[in-house]
Amino acid sequence: MSDQSGVTRFVITGVGLTAPGGANDLPEFRRRLLAGVSGISTIDLRYMGEVPAGICSFPETKYRKKKENKRGTRAGCIGVYCAGEALADAGIDFSEYDRAKTGVYIGLTEHGTVETENEVYNISRFDYNVDYWTHHHNPRTVLNNPAGEITMNQGITGPHYSIGAACAAGNAALIQGLQMLQLGEVDLALCGGISECVGSFGIFASFRAQGALAEHEDPVKASRPLDKDRNGIVISEGGSVFTLERLDRALKRGAKIYGEIVGYAMNSDARDFVLPYGPRQSECMHAALDRAKMKPSDITLINTHATGTRQGDVEECRAVREVFADCPETYTNNTKSQIGHAMGAAGVLELAGNLPSFTDNMIHPTINLDNLDPDCELPGLVAGTARQVECVDTLLNNSFGMVGINSVVIVKRFVAK
Amino acid sequence: MTRDEIKDLILEIIEDIDEDAEFDGLNADSPLRDQLDLDSMDFLDIVMELRKRYKLQIPEEEYPELATLNSCVNYLEPKLKDV
Repeated sequence: MSDQSGVTRFVITGVGLTAPGGANDLPEFRRRLLAGVSGISTIDLRYMGEVPAGICSFPETKYRKKKENKRGTRAGCIGVYCAGEALADAGIDFSEYDRAKTGVYIGLTEHGTVETENEVYNISRFDYNVDYWTHHHNPRTVLNNPAGEITMNQGITGPHYSIGAACAAGNAALIQGLQMLQLGEVDLALCGGISECVGSFGIFASFRAQGALAEHEDPVKASRPLDKDRNGIVISEGGSVFTLERLDRALKRGAKIYGEIVGYAMNSDARDFVLPYGPRQSECMHAALDRAKMKPSDITLINTHATGTRQGDVEECRAVREVFADCPETYTNNTKSQIGHAMGAAGVLELAGNLPSFTDNMIHPTINLDNLDPDCELPGLVAGTARQVECVDTLLNNSFGMVGINSVVIVKRFVAK
Repeated sequence: MTRDEIKDLILEIIEDIDEDAEFDGLNADSPLRDQLDLDSMDFLDIVMELRKRYKLQIPEEEYPELATLNSCVNYLEPKLKDV
């Protein structure tokens, strides 16, 4: 995946994000993560009442008018903000890139649930007369909606689509963007993940029905992956979009480089609708390492996917212990303990939060880990407070999802060679 | 509803669609679309809002009656006379 010319090396040059708790750019997100500040609060949901959730608050009209936000979706609104921020962060104004050779690839766990629930509620006030069903329903719920809203906002005329990959979607969109760059289909990829899940009571209710929705009297303590007293997922909204470029093009324009994607893999459990499967996750991590031509001990930090469910956390920890046995220099952390589970955004938002470790050599902590579940022991687990290490060279980002989908992305500190 | 009330109603609905809409200097006899940031989906929003508020069913072939502020008032006046 890499060569000396830089033609087939791919780098992250811009990051736009909004994270639960009010971090709306990478420096602020990093500051909060290192401080171990929970971004979780509560939401009062139709039919459900108050539940812990991760809510974003960002300048929604920075890149488009309120009218357009009203017409579009929450996912589109988050996407437009994140994409605008990523391009600004990367210093890309399309003078050096052609909008027709720019692709937008957005990972989503689901889309249309929020909008459909809202419309059913709307017509319930009119005796379920479908004459009152909105004409905005279809453009809002087509699966490409959030990616398409970004192209409309930026005037991007290259390809756009969504990647449906449950909670592996953020990583999957990064992989898609990278592959389209490799194929020469595009010269610039805007890729990332978005979640508007907190707008759907059904998503909360379904996790509750599964016994997998976190509950705690103090919402900031509700998200507690790896802890003995964990009792499920805290659902969050959020988003992160990266600009991904070929290294030679990035160097030519003097771009700031956050890191180089050197490995990735995706696979399927092929066995259960909801229960994750450690052995397949382990295979996925091995496959990503093989592609990167790396040994497990080459990885400095693993961002675990663990969401706070009983079996999910145990399966992943077992897989990580198996792959990273005898790796004393490898650390692990869990970002969901701080921001909850941002679903389609999780993979890329968590990766974004760890990228600054290449420059500050800090590892942000797993919080709410009061009693580590012995089945969730991990090598070099950073908990409670941030840890300064000698040098962070390589990140391995795990992101897994329902119906048995696994994704791993490996990002390396950029070295010119 | 008086003609002035109907005019205010239409402007209120448009403001709800686009709170940045600028009504100063609006020509009541010129198409709203040429003067405001409105497209066909926005006109459907106006139709839907009238349906929700007054149970008015406006047939598609009569949508052109909503083109200007004055044509809106002329078209809606008999329909809203008892409101």
